[in-house]
Amino acid sequence: MDVQVDSTLDCSGMACPMPILKTKKAVDALQVGQVLKMIATDPGSVSDVESWAAKTGHTLLGHEKDGAKFVFFIKRAK
Amino acid sequence: MSEAKRLAIISWHGTLDAAYPPLILATAAVAMDMDAAIFFTFYGLEILKKGNADKLQVAPIANPAMPQPVPGIPVPNILGVLPGMTAVATGMMNGWMKKANVAKVSELLALAQESSVRLIACQMSMDVMGIKKEDLIDGVEIGGAATFLQFASQDAIALSF
Repeated sequence: MDVQVDSTLDCSGMACPMPILKTKKAVDALQVGQVLKMIATDPGSVSDVESWAAKTGHTLLGHEKDGAKFVFFIKRAK
Repeated sequence: MSEAKRLAIISWHGTLDAAYPPLILATAAVAMDMDAAIFFTFYGLEILKKGNADKLQVAPIANPAMPQPVPGIPVPNILGVLPGMTAVATGMMNGWMKKANVAKVSELLALAQESSVRLIACQMSMDVMGIKKEDLIDGVEIGGAATFLQFASQDAIALSF
């Protein structure tokens, strides 16, 4: 995805609920408008990151699949 | 309908399998900007006992959902009454959790405390079961039904495990 990334978080190998817990911390550490790139291998993270973003109000710019990895781009919205 | 802002959970089973959902859901709720509280009552207090979180067990007897030790070779559920079978089942479950990289119960407890999940130990259960405050991990609140209900009565999802 063609987007400027300000911070990267690798949650490879982690199971639920760790990717969401780590993502929350990482997004809180960003400035509003900055983007986190989060990498996960848990297939459940696709649905979970979407739901997390919908609930918290942060923006999931998109996600892509890179082999066995799922890569998410999340913008801190507030 | 207003959106739930709180997750209120009753944890009343002290088994390994029953310890996970409350802690996973409560920590996830906080990560989703909700407040969370877990009310530990009766055997649920085992989860809060000092040094006990990673010693919880799961019983194979009367648990037909337990997968077979050797896939394809059914083991009659009644064999669960044999001495040592609870330890076998517990070892199996801990093995699957480790293989799937799931955090240990003690780790989830620490994460819950770190993220300000309210851990409320039921005073009445403590009295009934002879459990003292110093038997429990630090940072636990002691309270009763009203403490939990007051939290659960405002914009909350309430669950029991």
